[in-house]
Amino acid sequence: MADLTTNIGGLTLKNPVMTASGTFGFGLEFADFVDLNEIGGIIVKGTTLHKREGNPYPRLAETPQGMINAVGLQNKGVDYFIEHTNPQLKNLSTEVIVNVAGHSIDDYTACAEKINALDNIHAIELNISCPNVKEGGMSFGTSVPMVEKVVGAVRKVYKKTLIVKLTPNVTDIAEIAKAAEGAGADSVSLINTLMGMAIDAEKRKPIISTITGGLSGACVKPVALRMVWQVAKAVKIPVVGLGGIMNATDAIEFLLAGASAVEIGTANFIDPAITVKVANGINEYLDRHGFKSVKDIIGVI
Amino acid sequence: MKKHIIDFEVSSNEEVGNNAILMKLHCPTPLPEIKPGQFVEVRIDNEPNVFLRRPISINYIDKKANEMWLLVQKVGKGTNKLGTLQKGDTLNCVVPLGNGFDTKAAQGKKVLLVGGGVGVAPMLMLGSTLKEEGTEPTFLLGARTKNMLLEKELFEQTGRLLVTTEDGSLGEKGFVTNHSVLSNEKFDKIYVCGPTPMMKAVAGYAKKAGIDCEVSLENKMACGLGACLCCVTETQEGHKCVCTDGPVFNINELTWQI
Ligand SMILES: Cc1cc2nc3c(=O)[nH]c(=O)nc-3n(C[C@H](O)[C@H](O)[C@H](O)COP(=O)(O)OP(=O)(O)OC[C@H]3O[C@@H](n4cnc5c(N)ncnc54)[C@H](O)[C@@H]3O)c2cc1C
Ligand SMILES: Cc1cc2nc3c(=O)[nH]c(=O)nc-3n(C[C@H](O)[C@H](O)[C@H](O)COP(=O)(O)O)c2cc1C
Ligand code: FES
Repeated sequence: MADLTTNIGGLTLKNPVMTASGTFGFGLEFADFVDLNEIGGIIVKGTTLHKREGNPYPRLAETPQGMINAVGLQNKGVDYFIEHTNPQLKNLSTEVIVNVAGHSIDDYTACAEKINALDNIHAIELNISCPNVKEGGMSFGTSVPMVEKVVGAVRKVYKKTLIVKLTPNVTDIAEIAKAAEGAGADSVSLINTLMGMAIDAEKRKPIISTITGGLSGACVKPVALRMVWQVAKAVKIPVVGLGGIMNATDAIEFLLAGASAVEIGTANFIDPAITVKVANGINEYLDRHGFKSVKDIIGVI
Repeated sequence: MKKHIIDFEVSSNEEVGNNAILMKLHCPTPLPEIKPGQFVEVRIDNEPNVFLRRPISINYIDKKANEMWLLVQKVGKGTNKLGTLQKGDTLNCVVPLGNGFDTKAAQGKKVLLVGGGVGVAPMLMLGSTLKEEGTEPTFLLGARTKNMLLEKELFEQTGRLLVTTEDGSLGEKGFVTNHSVLSNEKFDKIYVCGPTPMMKAVAGYAKKAGIDCEVSLENKMACGLGACLCCVTETQEGHKCVCTDGPVFNINELTWQI
């Protein structure tokens, strides 16, 4: 058994496998399939200051080796999470990380501040792919000044590990990652979904209600891997890699490219027990190649 | 109800007309508890164009043989692949999913089970469960034409069977909502599964007649577990997941304009 512990900016995980926000609910949905405590970290559904109904149905299109979603951050709001959901997560002996989303800087900071007060939550993942409603609806994560502003503002109110989740829909991901690092992020995670589109030719109509949506799944892996590698070379803080991880080998590739931990997203839909299989597969790989610790393979490329 | 990931073994897989197949799947361990109206998410292997699992209703549970039946209409890539499975092949399923029909609400009542197309699938298990619980089911099934009606003999064995066909080749001519039984007899509970326009028409009838009515929705799904929030339907209390809060909804919960 190799040492699987890893660190993502002040937060130690028992193994490098986490779940990607929006694909694993609050973890409890998967408790029949996996021992949640064997997962390195559970990143829960994106949470906003106020309740959101999300986008109209249809929200899903299957694409070659992937899917496009347009859920639109449907969630019950941070107060509901604190009162009703978090009490059910308190007894878990793994790290629970809240994915925080917002449509204005005040939304982000107010939400982060409330989560800062929860003893059992030691990190947040800041989803900066959301549109900035006050400034024309462009995603926060697509410009250096906006990234600096939102990360800087949250850094002031959030005292524990701050992971900033990057959108891949940018020209230069390394520059964005450096901006997040400069504004006080403890680590960065990437990639969020790639903007995509699906059309039903027979009906001559878009398949999802919002026309465009977020592409995820196996098909995005090469893009995600490239971006993780570029970012890991550009920043000093730990990088969390995700995008299209379907098995242990995929996860190992991300570690080799420079990720200190990984997240599993869409793959949970196809195999609800995949997380623990990936953790075991990483261990088996390390043993087979004679590595004592997962840290020995992080960023060797 | 605890959910499981199970590799079922195909006992048989037969064409049953109307481009549909009936798969009988043997469970290697005792079958988990399953309610009528629940469904499985099947993994489609060796078909690179299919990425996600496919939701399929549980058609029937044969307790003696420890088998679960799926009745599948071949409409696309995944369902066509299911049609190629042979005896002895395995099919990986997440089971059981969804809430299922409220059979308690049928007790001591005169119940009507309405199915259209492949939407008849969950009605067989619902009917046989109701029968076991002491309620005699009346099935009202609709098809375009005579040989498109699925599992006719099985329904006849389970309860009273009424049929409508659009061309009049079997039973009464027209849609299920045109059947004379709806004006001649008074039911006090209706369950429906089928194409959305049919479900809405039956729901409209039930609402006007003041009859309690449950419908089973077929929204597109990714996880089937309430995690991805892709499968939502509009309800009186906002968006709800069809895979966990449904697939069965009482029509009063929905916002259908009927
Ligand atoms: C809870 C639930 C229970 C179901 N039970 C059954 C059942 O017992 N038997 C059965 O045959 N089918 C059932 N379905 C529908 C079945 O899931 C779809 O027909 C199937 O997913 C199509 O997959 P495909 O790869 O063959 O089609 P694709 O190649 O993905 O698509 C082919 C065509 O089918 C349509 N389609 C895709 N998904 C659905 C869907 N969910 N509902 C309706 N049309 C769809 C597409 O829009 C397209 O036009 C159920 C669906 C749900 C949500
Ligand atoms: C249905 C769905 C919902 C998602 N919701 C969120 C969310 O709320 N917040 C977020 O930061 N990312 C969300 N994501 C993005 C994933 O966390 C992940 O970044 C992306 O899917 C890429 O990883 P994958 O290919 O392994 O799924 C969602 C993805 C999917 C498929
Ligand atoms: S299919 Fe994922 S929540 Fe229903």
